[in-house]
Amino acid sequence: MSDARDVNVIFPTGMLGGGFPAEGIERGIELGADAIAIDAGSTDSGPYYLGTATAKTTEAAVERDLHVLLTSARAADIPLVVTSCGTAGTNAGVDWVAGIVDAIAREEHLGFRLATIYSEQTADSITAALAAGAVTPLPPAGPIDPKVLRSCEHIVGLMGFEPVADALAGGADVVLAGRATDTASVAALALMRGLPAGPAWHAAKTVECGGLCTTNPQSGGVLVHIDGSGFTVEPLDPNSACTPTTVAAHMLYENADPFRMREPSGTVDTSQAAYRAVDHRTVRVEGSRFEPATQHTIKLEGSAIAGYETIALVGIRDPQILTDIDTWIDTLDAILTDRVCALLDLDRTDYATQLNAYGHNAVLGALDPDTATPGEVGVLFKARARDQATATAIAKIANPLLLHLPLRAASHLPSFAFATSPPEIERGAVYEFVLNHTVDVASPVELFRTETVQVSHA
Amino acid sequence: MRESRTLGSVADLIRSKNAGPFWMTLDIFCGTDADYEAVAAPGTIEPRNIADLYGVPPDDVRIFHLPNLRAIKVSFPRPVTQGSFTDRDIHAGQQHTPLTRLTIGQTR
Repeated sequence: MSDARDVNVIFPTGMLGGGFPAEGIERGIELGADAIAIDAGSTDSGPYYLGTATAKTTEAAVERDLHVLLTSARAADIPLVVTSCGTAGTNAGVDWVAGIVDAIAREEHLGFRLATIYSEQTADSITAALAAGAVTPLPPAGPIDPKVLRSCEHIVGLMGFEPVADALAGGADVVLAGRATDTASVAALALMRGLPAGPAWHAAKTVECGGLCTTNPQSGGVLVHIDGSGFTVEPLDPNSACTPTTVAAHMLYENADPFRMREPSGTVDTSQAAYRAVDHRTVRVEGSRFEPATQHTIKLEGSAIAGYETIALVGIRDPQILTDIDTWIDTLDAILTDRVCALLDLDRTDYATQLNAYGHNAVLGALDPDTATPGEVGVLFKARARDQATATAIAKIANPLLLHLPLRAASHLPSFAFATSPPEIERGAVYEFVLNHTVDVASPVELFRTETVQVSHA
Repeated sequence: MRESRTLGSVADLIRSKNAGPFWMTLDIFCGTDADYEAVAAPGTIEPRNIADLYGVPPDDVRIFHLPNLRAIKVSFPRPVTQGSFTDRDIHAGQQHTPLTRLTIGQTR
């Protein structure tokens, strides 16, 4: 059943910097791993990271994970592929990870061929694509205005497997890629060997969160074997297991559609896939399909500054206020609106405020089915304006209301519990995802730029 | 008297999460075939019920049945984009609570 094209890939964890046991990597290599792949990014933590081109993970955690992976991969002489470097996959994110890799190489006296793949796009190039009719909105987005493109602090395109496969075929030992689909690295390792696309992409999707497709997601990553008729997956931790249910259920995770998943070059279809237990901890999957697209498309992500924010947190414990907390909030909001408009000469459209009552309904708002009187509430006040000074001015106008507003006219002036002094906390610029679009490309690699260097610290 | 059971009392697990910055997805897992059949039968997880619970247009609601996993998936565009000013839940990980209160077999 095994042939020379088969590939075994270690996928250690869902996020570089998330941590994993080093023994798992050692075990995967003993079991015959041909490569290590890991993803370092996601949009899941919000638009800030793309907007600022900074990472969610701290350098020490990324350094720790890369230290294990780089030294293991070099000792075994197998490639290491990191995609979506620096959380958002910006050029700065790739360079940041490359700097960490270089420092480890220096410390460990390593030499290898390093490919960096950049995926940032300019507003001008996407504007030209828009003018040429090559930009398509994805639901629920509508068409975009070129102004939106120019408003983006950073725009990235999500590469498919092709730029990664080209870098590996060119002899790279370590590939550090900008924004890529979660599946690009594992798919590249399989597809460049001529393995069929259905199992390659489905295997890649199954392992993209490391141990999340196992019975113990905290135990570390997985080893996946991809061959001509399917794939087989097992946890790196001998005490954890993959079962047909844990593997199949992973297709539901963070996916709007559990059967069909779009990649730049086509659509993975898992609706006919069969999941079978090989033993008590290994699962075999066959029957996954891939439908090549007639048009190759690259998904875009863009983050723009949406304003500047100042927040304040006040605690309310007085049962009388809590019996009618919604009225307290509505009253505060109405008085604040009058004062802000009068004192700052602002129009209601120039700024926005929010009062979210944690302990009451901050998370669900009007959708909250639970209407019981809370025992304690933390009201998070948020002010957003076009500049920081205005946002803080609004928060300072809110300050005496957050501190003292009675529920109804009373001789006694209550005081509530501010969490900090000063209560106003400046959050700086805040960001929004503004692109949910794809761009048609003639070549799967044309939006991406690869640089290859020889790292020589041996 | 007709038995009235909520989704939360029957399902093993109900969870919510982002599916990218512009979509939200809810997964319902049942422990037995009987529970799955009760939950998956027409009249409970219907676009109109989901639309009522989450304040979204029923036409935007997508529902997937996965009998092999005894699971049902519900997806719809996020009413507010992830991380925008009025977003109350960056990862949409706490949005399953309204669904747990849905009564089985009763179209609202």
